[in-house]
Amino acid sequence: MNPIRLGSRTFDLVNYVLLTLFVLLCIYPFYYVFIYSISDPAKVVQGIFLLPAGFELGTYKSILTLPYIKTAFLVSTARTVVGTLLTVVCCSFFSYLLTKDRMLFRKLVYRLLVVTLYINAGLIPWYITMKMLHLDDNFLLYVLPTAVSGFNVILIKTYIEQLPAALEESAMIDGAGYLTLFWQVIFPLCKPIVATVAIFASVGQWNTWMDNYFLVHSPHLKTLQLTLYEFLSSANTFTGMDAASITRNAQNIVLTPESIKMSTTMIVTFPILLVYPFMQRYFVKGIMLGAIKG
Amino acid sequence: MASNITARGNPGRKKIGKDGVLLFLLSTPFIACMIAFNYFPVYGWVYAFFDYKPGIPLAQTPFAGFAHFKAMFDAPDDLINALVNTLAMNFLNILLSPLAIVFAIMLNEVRSTKYKKFVQTFSTLPNFISWVLVFSLTFAFFSTEGLVNTLLAKLGSSHAVDPIGNERITWLFQAGITVWKTLGWSAIIYIAAIAGIDGELYGAAKVDGANRFRAIWHITVPGVLPTFLVLLLLSISNMLSSSFDQYFVFYNPLVAGKIEVLDYYVYRSGIKVGDYPFATAVGMFKTLVSVILLFSVNFVSKKIRGQSMI
Repeated sequence: MNPIRLGSRTFDLVNYVLLTLFVLLCIYPFYYVFIYSISDPAKVVQGIFLLPAGFELGTYKSILTLPYIKTAFLVSTARTVVGTLLTVVCCSFFSYLLTKDRMLFRKLVYRLLVVTLYINAGLIPWYITMKMLHLDDNFLLYVLPTAVSGFNVILIKTYIEQLPAALEESAMIDGAGYLTLFWQVIFPLCKPIVATVAIFASVGQWNTWMDNYFLVHSPHLKTLQLTLYEFLSSANTFTGMDAASITRNAQNIVLTPESIKMSTTMIVTFPILLVYPFMQRYFVKGIMLGAIKG
Repeated sequence: MASNITARGNPGRKKIGKDGVLLFLLSTPFIACMIAFNYFPVYGWVYAFFDYKPGIPLAQTPFAGFAHFKAMFDAPDDLINALVNTLAMNFLNILLSPLAIVFAIMLNEVRSTKYKKFVQTFSTLPNFISWVLVFSLTFAFFSTEGLVNTLLAKLGSSHAVDPIGNERITWLFQAGITVWKTLGWSAIIYIAAIAGIDGELYGAAKVDGANRFRAIWHITVPGVLPTFLVLLLLSISNMLSSSFDQYFVFYNPLVAGKIEVLDYYVYRSGIKVGDYPFATAVGMFKTLVSVILLFSVNFVSKKIRGQSMI
């Protein structure tokens, strides 16, 4: 074998090994938390590595019956569904209106929109403003601020502009209004771009918790992410309040703070895993979203 | 309100017409939303110039001038520390950002499409989980009762590791976690860039007798370099406000001195201590530095690439 081919083969081998190692590094934490969460809490303290120790779904059962976990799950789901729908509808209808040259003040409005990509007032002014708008302790805080997102509007507007104008014109002759035109002609045509926006908006909604942490103190509006964060940080400072109360709630199953954390982690991760396979074909478009937002 | 007045005030505008007014009226809810959540908060900067206390209307609070800005620089220890931490951690991230290119090239060299897809699928997953979840996974691994220490104890080591609470390695540890979370995702843009390279170049290189490594070095790397440059400049201009979530969840008293970034300092002095004007002043200082960074990076971009970023 000549040295160049040998070098190439070695490269392939090293390449496959390194890539596989990195993939394992990405998957294993999830796998570990999963097997921990289904292990018997009493046995698992010995340490596990590849296989669960015993099998016990009791932790899940008792966590899912806890009223505040139920509430948190509902709140998180509600903010994801409502927030995503609102973003999709508002951004796409607004961008449709902005494609109309006849619109009064169109240039000014569009410029104002572009500038929002660059301005950020900062945490404290945002905090005070939200309080002034009475959005603290209010579900609307989760969904309203993201309803009109400059980047999404620009993205959808660019998409609408490259659609053939004839489609809309023929409908217009039939005397349809803007709402009908948008809803029956334009919106269905925007499916690819709207799907991208929707999928990234929903992941964003599910993962956001800082607005909750700063401004919403009502337990009825607490999200799943914040609930998990509080589990984690309370164990961190050894106050153990939450953990202790849970052990009392569940009668005949042994619960440890660790197993509760692991199961809650899985419950929070699960919806992401669920939509993940559908997300992948939108990645390249989503990259642009991410590059600007991040 | 305003829109009604305009609608009635300019009835004779022929070019825009009734139709244009209708279009504008239809968009007022969205315009209102945009102004309320993007422009209205900017007005909050005035708080930095008053001795504002929550609960008392701004009109009844004394004007403070630049006193809060002065206070920030009179006792600058915390500010400097936060600035150093922010810059250090972002600098490490930038230093590690070429790893995404390496990863993309490695992936591109894989011949099996199935394997490629497999690697891509799983390496991008961490990008989509929240920082709370990342913290939870990290905790499961590195806490005192976590997997790593359990394994170390089983192997007979009496020495326990605690990267979450060890301030000497905080910067590196956070950079490592960032790589874990973002590597696969950042590589996608480079994979797209590599796919855009003219395939004939590789053919020509082969004819000229170049081996794989030479082809990578002389074709693939220069091919993705423009993309890298744009992202590099963007991340430099963005560096003061990146990843507050991350440093927030990993913040604990043991590592506070090394993980407190500017955003955290604003949060601590503003929401925790309640000194809104001072925290707003710090936030404005941060914005000012960011704007300077953006313009200098833009200047560099013009010089190197001959095109502006903004």
